[in-house]
Amino acid sequence: MRSTKNVALSVVLFCVSVGAWEALVRGLEVPAFILPPPSQVALALWRGFSSGLYLQHLSHTLLETLLGFIAGSALGLVLGTAVALSRPVEFFLYPYIVMFQSLPKVALAPLIVVWFGLGLTSKVINAALIAFFPLLVNTMVGLRSADEERVSLMRSLAASERQIFWMLRLPNSLPFVMAGLDVAMIFALIGAIVAEFVGAQKGLGMLIQSMNFNMDVSGQFSILLILSVVGLLLNRGVMMIRKRVLFWDPSEKERIEQERVSA
Amino acid sequence: MATEAISVQQLSKLYTTRDGGVAALERISFAVDEGEFVAVVGPSGCGKSTLLKILAGLLSPSGGSASLRGTAIQGPRRDIGVVFQAPVLFPWRTVLDNVLLPIDVQGLGRERFMPAAKDLLALVGLREFERRYPWELSGGMQQRVAITRALIHDPAMLLMDEPFGALDAMTREHMNLELQRIWMEKKKTVFFITHSIPEAVFLADRVLVMTPRPGRVVDDLRIKLPRPRPLDVMTTPEFGEYTRHIRGLFNVKGGLDA
Repeated sequence: MRSTKNVALSVVLFCVSVGAWEALVRGLEVPAFILPPPSQVALALWRGFSSGLYLQHLSHTLLETLLGFIAGSALGLVLGTAVALSRPVEFFLYPYIVMFQSLPKVALAPLIVVWFGLGLTSKVINAALIAFFPLLVNTMVGLRSADEERVSLMRSLAASERQIFWMLRLPNSLPFVMAGLDVAMIFALIGAIVAEFVGAQKGLGMLIQSMNFNMDVSGQFSILLILSVVGLLLNRGVMMIRKRVLFWDPSEKERIEQERVSA
Repeated sequence: MATEAISVQQLSKLYTTRDGGVAALERISFAVDEGEFVAVVGPSGCGKSTLLKILAGLLSPSGGSASLRGTAIQGPRRDIGVVFQAPVLFPWRTVLDNVLLPIDVQGLGRERFMPAAKDLLALVGLREFERRYPWELSGGMQQRVAITRALIHDPAMLLMDEPFGALDAMTREHMNLELQRIWMEKKKTVFFITHSIPEAVFLADRVLVMTPRPGRVVDDLRIKLPRPRPLDVMTTPEFGEYTRHIRGLFNVKGGLDA
């Protein structure tokens, strides 16, 4: 797909739609507090970055997201492993984990902010809580999905359960774990933003809310734009790690080959 | 008297199902000498895979006894090599690392076995593929890696469960020749399970014929064809006589309706 022609086409498509948006908003005289024209969004973006305001909040939100991602993923990995390896742990703990998961965690954010304050901690905890479940489930499924024949092979070599875990189950679970990390990364960002909405002193979520109070819609648009780019970049980051780790995975291999062909 | 590599006495295996038990093996007895190539042939469901799993220590029998080289089987052991129907390679390991898996599991020290691994890979014609990953190899090549892996820790015997069953006919013939060559060079006891009568006759010193429901050994046939056997041996009258005899056993016992 990535031919020069298609790249040019996609640039043209982008310019035309942005141009149409600008023309429509100006032509129909839509008030800026309903839908700002792209030129104003761009202006807000430029002002925000040149004053250093956006960068300061962006770095704060990024920090919350990454810390939450790391904490949530680690927790999910450990708990997922425990549930997968131990029947008692699964029996006693898993129902509560599922109950907790079926709870909309956005609803927990106010409580977490009350408990942990307006600072960094409450955001990290909220991000971690949302990010943790995909890791938990994927780790569990991944560790249990080891092919029966491979397990038989290991057993026929008189391998211990510990060896079967390290040499077979763990590497075998990696495609699942990486897919979990993919989702967890975006979830962590959502968790951080939601907690910032509830109450924060810093961060893009808090900024969106204060702009909303001031009817600064173009400012809000500019931050939505930043958030979507941040989400994309975080996702790309996880994908890069995934490609490194899963060089042997057939599905990964196909994707790499496709990219090689289209490049 | 030669030591018995495998000794099976009155061995039974019962699987319990919802409507009672199914006898996968019913009181079978046989012995395999050290260095002998024995093939077990039978239709699916005759319990031949169950038998191999018991010998590999992966299943426990319901009755009777089985011992390898004079000691009773109490679980998986390290003096055997097992080859399954699928190559069962680990995709995250290179060919060489897959071959060295038993060494890693048994903590025997990679350095010591590296030369052996390379020699064995050369023996099966995969020397230049040692750095490749399984998905870069064809099915026949993957199965050769599996055989190499079964041989790396220098086990006294090989247990093979329909190792070429998933390969196409031509690759299969080629693998039969390879296996004969490896066996003649390594002089290991081989216990080989197959559902192909010609394959059993071509490879084995002795063919055990099994029929299903309940799983029984109905014949123990010594194959007196000279070695090394070329593929052409399959067109000789003697070869035809052996295969006809075995096929006849299945027809009489109704084993082929499985």
